[in-house]
Amino acid sequence: MSRPGFVLDVDDRTPPLIVHEGLGFRLENFPLGTRVVYPPESLPAVPDVDQAIREALLHPQDMDPLPELLFAGMKLTIAFDDLSLPLPTMRAPDIRGRIIEHVLTMAADAGVDDVELIAANALHRRMTAAELKHIVGERVFRSFYPQGKLYNFDAEDRDNLSHLGTTEKGEDIEISKRAAESDLLVYVNVNLVAMDGGHKSVGIGLASYKSLRHHHNAKTMVQSRSFMDHKHSAMHHSAWRIGRVIKDTVKVFQIETTLNNDIFPKPYDFLQKREWEWSVKDQATMLGMRRGLSVAPAKLKHKMFHDLRSVYGLTGVNAGEVEAVHTKTLEKVHQQQLVEVQGQSDVLVMGIPYVGPYNVNSSLNPILATCMGLGYYFNSYLGQPVVRKGGAVILYHPLNEGFNQLHHPSYVDFYEEVLAESTDPAVVGEKYEQQFAEDPWYRHLYRTSHAYHGVHPFYMWYWAAHAMDHVDEVIWVGADRKVASRLGFRAASTLADALEMASGTVGTSPSITYLHNPPHLLAHVR
Amino acid sequence: MMLALEMFRSVPRTMAGKAIGGRMPGILSGYAAPLRLVTIQEPRLERPGWARLRTRLSGICGSDLGMLSGRTSLYFSAVVSLPFVPGHEVVAELLDDCEDLPAGTRVVVDPVLTCAARGVEPCESCATGATNRCSRITVGHLAPGLQTGFCKDTGGGWGQQLAAHRSQLHPVPEGFSDEQAILIEPLACAVHTALRAGVTSNDRVLVSGAGSVGLFATLALRQLTGAGEIIVVAKHGHQKELAREFGATEVVAPGEVLRRVRRSTGAFQLKPQYSAPYLLGGVDVAVDAVGSKQSLETSLNATRAGGRVVLSGMPAPADLSAAWFRELEVVGTYASAQSEESFRIATDLAATDAVQQLAKNVATYPLHRWREALDHAHSAGRLGTVKVAFDPRSTR
Repeated sequence: MSRPGFVLDVDDRTPPLIVHEGLGFRLENFPLGTRVVYPPESLPAVPDVDQAIREALLHPQDMDPLPELLFAGMKLTIAFDDLSLPLPTMRAPDIRGRIIEHVLTMAADAGVDDVELIAANALHRRMTAAELKHIVGERVFRSFYPQGKLYNFDAEDRDNLSHLGTTEKGEDIEISKRAAESDLLVYVNVNLVAMDGGHKSVGIGLASYKSLRHHHNAKTMVQSRSFMDHKHSAMHHSAWRIGRVIKDTVKVFQIETTLNNDIFPKPYDFLQKREWEWSVKDQATMLGMRRGLSVAPAKLKHKMFHDLRSVYGLTGVNAGEVEAVHTKTLEKVHQQQLVEVQGQSDVLVMGIPYVGPYNVNSSLNPILATCMGLGYYFNSYLGQPVVRKGGAVILYHPLNEGFNQLHHPSYVDFYEEVLAESTDPAVVGEKYEQQFAEDPWYRHLYRTSHAYHGVHPFYMWYWAAHAMDHVDEVIWVGADRKVASRLGFRAASTLADALEMASGTVGTSPSITYLHNPPHLLAHVR
Repeated sequence: MMLALEMFRSVPRTMAGKAIGGRMPGILSGYAAPLRLVTIQEPRLERPGWARLRTRLSGICGSDLGMLSGRTSLYFSAVVSLPFVPGHEVVAELLDDCEDLPAGTRVVVDPVLTCAARGVEPCESCATGATNRCSRITVGHLAPGLQTGFCKDTGGGWGQQLAAHRSQLHPVPEGFSDEQAILIEPLACAVHTALRAGVTSNDRVLVSGAGSVGLFATLALRQLTGAGEIIVVAKHGHQKELAREFGATEVVAPGEVLRRVRRSTGAFQLKPQYSAPYLLGGVDVAVDAVGSKQSLETSLNATRAGGRVVLSGMPAPADLSAAWFRELEVVGTYASAQSEESFRIATDLAATDAVQQLAKNVATYPLHRWREALDHAHSAGRLGTVKVAFDPRSTR
């Protein structure tokens, strides 16, 4: 039986607590009275994954069983989430590959031979062949990839996009032509956090810039409170409107999966235990790792962390009609991640780990680190933000990983040129977004190399718009001061310094909440 | 007799300059330059149209520094006559009546020693007013010398007196300070650069360098052409501010040039092996206002196919592959042509607020502090100075 999440009040018996900071972590002594939010322990995994998948496909929500939707001569498209999920990457076999195998088996039984598999990477970078193989598994990869039937979605391939019209609010709906013209579109997702899935899968994963710009903008993001609560998120409202129009045109069979919180395999598993429960072995491992990380070169640290593969357990798989499925999915996500928190605090503290959705096998550049902290972690709430309006956020990350020129070429220009002029998401979006989105070089790199789309850094900045609007002070502990300044923030050497710097905003005895994340948690703030 | 700085023939110093001048220009020009402070006879040219001038200020130009630190190509050794008194940016007053100009008139000097000054029949270029292309710069009644300041007969601005021909003289308007007037000659060169750049309406222009050459080129391009975006490459903080005041749309650091040009033009960027990246696409016109290998290659690599690269600084050897492969027009721009009325236009530009402000920061030195002056000029960018000049009248 796994224990639920809880809120610890730091007292004089509380040991130093783990705080992630990029390619490493530190043990931090928090001031007395600090609230520390711990996620629930891992839920038990389903005992028989294949059986659970079969069950979901044969008894879907509000739709006919999958075999009844398949027929000879039909055009079947299977889309799936890309490598941005889950985080860290799942140890093989990936759950998406296992589901796809079941779907393909049923399709073969029905005599379906026009099948294509599309990675729903939207404006994310193209995955390499090895990355695709990791997700779909070797058998599927060998059967489809050489024939060009397994590929990354290309949001800039005008000939293979289909405009399905607009929503009642005038939002364009432009998605993969193959998906739009299929008799059945099966979407296989990994619902790592509450933000994922639902109409966001097809409506965003297979959409072009023309469609995405309607909800990926500063105005919408500021009104998304939070991204983890689709009923109160303007971005999700837009995605839902778009999804409902898609549903009228394309038959979508949604398959959503939920995972437990087993994200750190041995010997890193001490990172997801509560510090006062560490065994002697855990403590020795922690000390050894800290010592090793302090002397290891950056490349080695990068390899050590990025080679880490998580041993997630599947907690649920649901299939069928998008919204019905997603309701079930969210129940499971909440069961695994939700923690009750009473009231807001003056200061919110978060440690930014080494990986986010957009730097798998890459580096967490300063813009992505901001997105992780002020975008994803800040928005990990239901109800109201963990920090009060006008409060302060303290983040841990060195901001020193630089930029990956292969994956993030437009980020460099965004950092050097755009942020030098303004850090206001609305201002930079207004002036520069379209230029970056339509830059032929970025388009070329997105389509032929492994680069994120030119507009992507803007989206990362927009993710942080709500937090920037909500708090008065953002301070990075242990960060490169010059980089923090370029981002429009301040840097401090220690937590004590950061609190001193924030005292002008929140006073000298602020209430503090630390989100002990990862593993993932979702604070339900009353 | 007069006091002057004299450049003399010295094989060891020239060799030393060739060897280490590029890497340690400051040390070399300060302590091992082929330059000395001497007392010599005033230059005297008893011919019609010639007059004596008393120097008020004389600027130190990048070409002077290149010459003293051994970075200038030996190509030019045939068009100078040693020993000579350098200084071709000159504001002076007439000691004698000179045709229509009475003694005491304050003038600036167009330094090119044309057919008119040499007393020979006008060559083809001089006949059409393209005086900076004069083909007779080694003949006539003067010793070889492409300009005043490179000819042993005329003297130069780094001396208390020099001689000049009426065709070289342009009166300084009332109200102009000497510091303002000293900027007219480099501004005239910038006017010529802007006119040679062939900029058409809304062309994107890159100016590589934000020393006086780059800043004045930016001003001239903005004032005299229909240039759209002008991107200026500046290394130092004050240069960035000045570049904006002089008309730059955008100012970038040297390491950012290609990336910023690529962004603003939508070009594609390639990275060859063991070599600097370059663009396919880029600006319509690039002006190299430095003359270094890096600056010239940046200009070549950032210009679109069929575009124009203007050599405003005295160029160093560089990889010209882009000029061939992208069919670039590489255009030299040397001094200024009388037919363009460059000095008249430059005088108008010198009256603008931006130049007037700049003139207040001209640093002046007496001749005997020439080592300090050259060191200052070598580090002008870093020290926040745009122009360093000698004031031969000063003793402090």
